[in-house]
Amino acid sequence: MRKKLIKRFTGIRNSGINPKGFHPSQIKFYLILLPLTVVMVLPIIFIFSHAFKPPDELFAYPPRFFVTNPTFKNFSDLFTKMSNSGVPVSRYLFNSILITLVTIAASIIVSTTAAYALSKKRFKLKKMLFAVNTVALMFVPIAVTIPRFLLIERLNLMDTFLVHILPGLAMPVGLFLIKQFIDGIPDEVIEAAQIDGASDVWIYWEIVLPMIRPAIATIAILTFQATWNNADTSTLFINSESLKTFAFYLSTLTSTAAGANVVAGQGIAAAAALIMFLPNLIIFILLQSQVMSTMSHSGLK
Amino acid sequence: MQNNQVVAPKGLFRKWFDKEGSAYGFLSLYALLFIVFIVVPVLVAFVLSFTFFDTIQFPTYNGLKNYVVLLTQDDIFMRYVLPNTIQFAVLVGPGGYVLAFLLAWILAQLPKLPRTIFALILYSPSMTTGVAMAVVWAAFFSGDQNGYLNSFLMGLRVIQEPVQWLQSPQYLMTIMIIVTLWGSMGVGFLAMLAGILEINPELYEAGSLDGISNRFQEIIHITIPSMKPQMLFGAVMAIVSTFQAGAIGVTLSGSNPTPQYAGQLIVNHIEDYGFLRYEMGYAAAVSVVLLLMVLLFSRLANRLFASED
Repeated sequence: MRKKLIKRFTGIRNSGINPKGFHPSQIKFYLILLPLTVVMVLPIIFIFSHAFKPPDELFAYPPRFFVTNPTFKNFSDLFTKMSNSGVPVSRYLFNSILITLVTIAASIIVSTTAAYALSKKRFKLKKMLFAVNTVALMFVPIAVTIPRFLLIERLNLMDTFLVHILPGLAMPVGLFLIKQFIDGIPDEVIEAAQIDGASDVWIYWEIVLPMIRPAIATIAILTFQATWNNADTSTLFINSESLKTFAFYLSTLTSTAAGANVVAGQGIAAAAALIMFLPNLIIFILLQSQVMSTMSHSGLK
Repeated sequence: MQNNQVVAPKGLFRKWFDKEGSAYGFLSLYALLFIVFIVVPVLVAFVLSFTFFDTIQFPTYNGLKNYVVLLTQDDIFMRYVLPNTIQFAVLVGPGGYVLAFLLAWILAQLPKLPRTIFALILYSPSMTTGVAMAVVWAAFFSGDQNGYLNSFLMGLRVIQEPVQWLQSPQYLMTIMIIVTLWGSMGVGFLAMLAGILEINPELYEAGSLDGISNRFQEIIHITIPSMKPQMLFGAVMAIVSTFQAGAIGVTLSGSNPTPQYAGQLIVNHIEDYGFLRYEMGYAAAVSVVLLLMVLLFSRLANRLFASED
């Protein structure tokens, strides 16, 4: 009996999931995590450090990891430079920002409306449609690049602004996460509004949307990452240079870096890589607590 | 008279529409895009896989020939692409998944502030996949003596001559796996972390009364069974992102096909036949095989982590 009691108390203390503060038993976890995170974070630090290096440090031998005389020259070079086809870099950046913003807004509307129906409306095909979406979680877009290409050609979407936006909007993971989150809203809340004579659109807009902000933040992040970092759409579906994205421009810098342009290109590429990466980081830091609260609803049964 | 005939079916439709119409209204946008950009491409891939199609002439039916050629005559596929894909998928998929779970579990043992900081650092590589990272890896693995890895190893006198890391068949695959693992702490990792934090602490208490004496037993008997749904979600995400990451070999080496097909994965094979040789029917057959592989792995994960209820 006594042994059990002792075990019980040590058990509680040892199973320190989500502890309130520091405890010596955590030291071993820090010892595992610290070296690992240092390795994980090195390439990220490198993006920052590399972007601010003057030319002599970019090509110093032996190469130096950290910048010693930081300069903004790479950035000013980047924005005064024209691409080979005569389009200013700011144009690519503008395209990327606009495309990303429109895609995020559209993606939020498309996923939340569908998720509301799948979670709170009653209709015959509900279970079946949700099951279809769950299977589609396993969908690998890269596998159907060719049929998509043929389809987009047929739909006359080639070389249009829309082709950047439409293909990514139906995002099974996004719908899934939002639907699970809306499931957490008690049915009574919706029913009470219905008794008061509220329309579906009103309930969706005034009750559901304000209650699922964390899930909206999450899908905004997922859409952001998929769109902002996407260079393939520009490569495959866009011919006119003025409709291409910043991610595409960066990909041309790195592929020519292997060839003739290695000296001129490296500093610009480093600055562009930082501009590519930084918004990802900032948005995730701002929204991370919302994302975590959405993820606790993410279970797949 | 005429009017009466129309009223009956219209009444039925009306009744259905009043009851379920708004649900379908809310679903319509997503459903339309889902059908156009997911369902139709998968069906088209399936149909094209039974045809010969060079994008110029209309596809002609040729039965199972593409599949037969793929399995019996495509030397490159059998000798390089399939073994490479399996090696890559097994190490990055389950490997990355186990790593993600263990890291999530360790993070859950820490207080909120350090946990958030570590989680952010571990997650941030997954945000940078693709183009931004190409700059970093190009500098790191560069083949001349200015490359960071070469300079470091030459400084330690491990190697005498600079190594062409990304162009050497014997190193490319290893580098691909390391780079992909580095960026694999994504959505699934966050889901598992959230899952571990959600587990009711009383379960651990009950467990220790039942004779669970160490943390390892605790993970096997309490943590994993209590978060099966998150484990399954994480597994599906790991499988999908593993296959989706297939372009990495071409990104790193800068060419398709990769040097001596050392980093050639099934995704690159599709692109090679589809966009370089314009054998769309054959490429579609390879796509179908890829989709079936993903489905198979996901079924397997389902078996492992299906909830009992």
